[in-house]
Amino acid sequence: MHGMEFYVDPSRCIGCQACLKACEECETHRGVSMINFDFVDRQETVATAAYVCWHCDNPTCAQVCPADAIKKYEDGIVGSSLKPRCIACSNCVLACPFGIPKLVPEYEQMMKCDMCYDRTSVGKRPMCATVCPSQALAYVTPETIAASRREKPVNTFWFGNQKITTKVYMMAPAEADAVSIDVADYTWEGDYEAVPQAL
Amino acid sequence: MAKPPVPLDDLNRRFGPHLNYVPHGGWQDESRNPAERLVKTHCCFCGQQCGIQLKVRDNRVIGFEPWEDFPYNRGMLCPKGVKRYLQGNHPDRLLNPLMRTANGFQPAGWDEALEFTARRLRELQDRYGRDAVAVYGGASLTTEKSYLLGKFARVALGTRHIDYNGRLCMVSAGTAYKGAFGVDRAPNPWSDIPKAEVVMVVGANIGECAPITTDYIWRARDNGAKLIVADPRFTPIARNADLYLPVRPGTDLALLMAILHVILRDGLTDQTFIAEHTAGFEKTAASVEPWNPRRAAEVAGVAPEAIERAAHWIGGSRRVMILHARGLEHQSKGVENCEAVVAIAMATGNIGREGAGCVMVTGQGNGQGGREHGQKCDQLPGQRSLADPAAREHVAGVWGIAPEDLPQPGYSAVEIMNAIHSGEIKGLLSICFNPLVSLPDANFTRDALERLEFFGVIDFFLSETAMHADVVLAGSLQEEEEGVGANVEGRVIHIQKAVDPPGNARADSEIICELARRLGRGRYFPYREPREIFEELRLASRGGIADYYGITYQKIDENQGVFWPCPSPDHPGTPRLFEGGRFFHTDGKAHFMSLEWRDSGDPVDGGFPIYLTTGRVVSQYLSGTQTRRIGALVDQYPEPKLEIHPRLAGQYGIKSGDWVTITTRRDTITLQAMVVRTIRPDTVFIPYHWPRDRSANRLTHRTLDPRSKIPEFKVSACRVEKAAAPPEWARTRAPELVQGGRG
Repeated sequence: MHGMEFYVDPSRCIGCQACLKACEECETHRGVSMINFDFVDRQETVATAAYVCWHCDNPTCAQVCPADAIKKYEDGIVGSSLKPRCIACSNCVLACPFGIPKLVPEYEQMMKCDMCYDRTSVGKRPMCATVCPSQALAYVTPETIAASRREKPVNTFWFGNQKITTKVYMMAPAEADAVSIDVADYTWEGDYEAVPQAL
Repeated sequence: MAKPPVPLDDLNRRFGPHLNYVPHGGWQDESRNPAERLVKTHCCFCGQQCGIQLKVRDNRVIGFEPWEDFPYNRGMLCPKGVKRYLQGNHPDRLLNPLMRTANGFQPAGWDEALEFTARRLRELQDRYGRDAVAVYGGASLTTEKSYLLGKFARVALGTRHIDYNGRLCMVSAGTAYKGAFGVDRAPNPWSDIPKAEVVMVVGANIGECAPITTDYIWRARDNGAKLIVADPRFTPIARNADLYLPVRPGTDLALLMAILHVILRDGLTDQTFIAEHTAGFEKTAASVEPWNPRRAAEVAGVAPEAIERAAHWIGGSRRVMILHARGLEHQSKGVENCEAVVAIAMATGNIGREGAGCVMVTGQGNGQGGREHGQKCDQLPGQRSLADPAAREHVAGVWGIAPEDLPQPGYSAVEIMNAIHSGEIKGLLSICFNPLVSLPDANFTRDALERLEFFGVIDFFLSETAMHADVVLAGSLQEEEEGVGANVEGRVIHIQKAVDPPGNARADSEIICELARRLGRGRYFPYREPREIFEELRLASRGGIADYYGITYQKIDENQGVFWPCPSPDHPGTPRLFEGGRFFHTDGKAHFMSLEWRDSGDPVDGGFPIYLTTGRVVSQYLSGTQTRRIGALVDQYPEPKLEIHPRLAGQYGIKSGDWVTITTRRDTITLQAMVVRTIRPDTVFIPYHWPRDRSANRLTHRTLDPRSKIPEFKVSACRVEKAAAPPEWARTRAPELVQGGRG
């Protein structure tokens, strides 16, 4: 929508958590932050990672929801759970390969990033990517990202044998076509679909 | 004697810091109502001065909206900027003047509080002389307030002694730049950073203390630039450095001189630039001659090969940007450190061009503007020298007084505290400064404050220092009074008034003018609004170094900031200084300096074998008067921790989370350890934003750089040991703070 896409590059993240704070200010979930943020291993490194929902083309969270509470909109955004339907069963929390959905006990409801639907649906940028001082979270046009970054946006992820394509892009080394987090994908095992060497 | 009237815990219970988590009216209720106005203004915190739009409704700031059109930060904000709006409508806000009584602070009427303040100041001056009273200012004040305060001290009080908390910020760089270039300003706009081929960041924790600058550096990397980071800690931006130099605290000068040594040795200087546009090169060359990489490596703890590589990258490029901040400046040789940076830029001709220059990363909100127009102890408006007869005549003319009635230069900030301690200064009026947290050797500062015969404070919260006051005049937040500031680049920006001060609180400038009137000097302070102060400031700065004569509020709005100098109404401003190799000295040249090595004022030895260095975290700002009152920021980093390398921690049997006692030649405090591999094994780090028995500045020392008078916060000697038990503050603090809960 509006020609913008969302790009995540943890290598730029400085751990400032402006995204977490700004997310609370969004109109649809005021006071509750939907950003997932981690210190990777503070004893060993200053590396941090902030990320949003990846908005899968075929969302696992929605597939496993017994209450049909998670909807994907026409523009590819996967919404937070619908309050009247969500039964707080946590199926989605357990099933999401990215670990995104969170059960908010206070509301007895799963909540997650909806790409600032109140903002992006009217052409504004999401809060997190607008304020991000390192642009580890960026919401720009594909042309801008291609012209300004050395890394390459990919939106194909392999979790073992599960291939997931997403609306949100991960910035990966220029030679990568997909992000795989399974070491087994780097070993030759025979029958599975070939995965390009990544990372 | 200015002691807190009742126990500090009682004052904390009444005046905070309490944690504000939610906008006025709650997340789901009143604050959802649409804003009446979006006010385009700037963040109140650091020197980046990011553009931000404050949402205003019913005379309250209820939230923010990014300001994406403002070119400096293009909507970007750090967590402090995101949550800055929560300082308004805060339960700790002072709504009335307070007078100290035997039973604690009691609200008072303005007439009573102002009359008392003026009377006490006058009494002390009558009894002990004019210079027995001092004024403290701050670099978070607008430029109008800074100007007004300088005039107030010199015209209304007639004291020599006015200085400000910017003395703890970039004065070492200011002194070095003034000596080398004839002007104290970052020479390049930040838009030059992405155009550099080599970016060197030395003594600057960009990711945490100037977060928005990260984007500029990352864009330089996107364009293929090499990044060199020199710091005792592996800061967030060091993660992407092409070369990381883990310099030992207090030894940056050795590293920088060795880099210059290699540049000279290997013929990488720009001889044409040196010959045509500089003077005194031989002095610097002689200084660096003995500093070969091997010698510097032994002093600084950085590999000689790494020094060679840095020198070759810098010497081999015509587009080098060097960024430096408090890490270099907070040393007893802070000025020499900055002079060495400047010398590297000058010797390689990397100055005055697109993508080439050296810049100080000013830390405080109006750190640039607040140091240009007269709240420094030796300065008049326009960055003029108070000792210069021509400058005195010009400014005295604008102010309508005789030049001989202008006091001579006085003491700097730490020297003022020393003179209070010795009894030379008896009275203090302070605004925008929390020296009990921010000055070194906090026990000394507390002793000094307790010796004051009169202490008046203008502030919006009751800071730890204000708890010692006789009278507290309830002042204004940044968003409650119009004015200008200058950001880290020297871009003059417009601070808009978004709301009125709440309750009976008043605008700072109104309080200062009213005090001047009650001191019998009202005719020199006739201003009805800040705009009138700015109009006078334009004239006072005219023809000076920081020339604002051509700047108006309207021009700032139309151009999204105007870079000074701007000497005439039709002048577009000066984003980049020194183009064509023209410098501000009368000979038009840049001046090299002799660089002299000195040891730290608090050397490590057998009794105190570990380096202690202090600094900031991203979620807190300066002494924390504002940011320790915002819940989300406190949750992010609730208490100071001791960063210590696993190798050093192992020697003392310390694990992450253990309580550790840190002792220097001044005092002892106990904090929790954070064992990390991201700091030198001979160094520990503590952030300084907290008061009392969590105060890093109980440990630091009062050694000053002899020229800039900046304290040596970045180098102390300490020892550590595992504590037997948690300290009292950890056992008794409120549980929600312990858990970092949502209050």
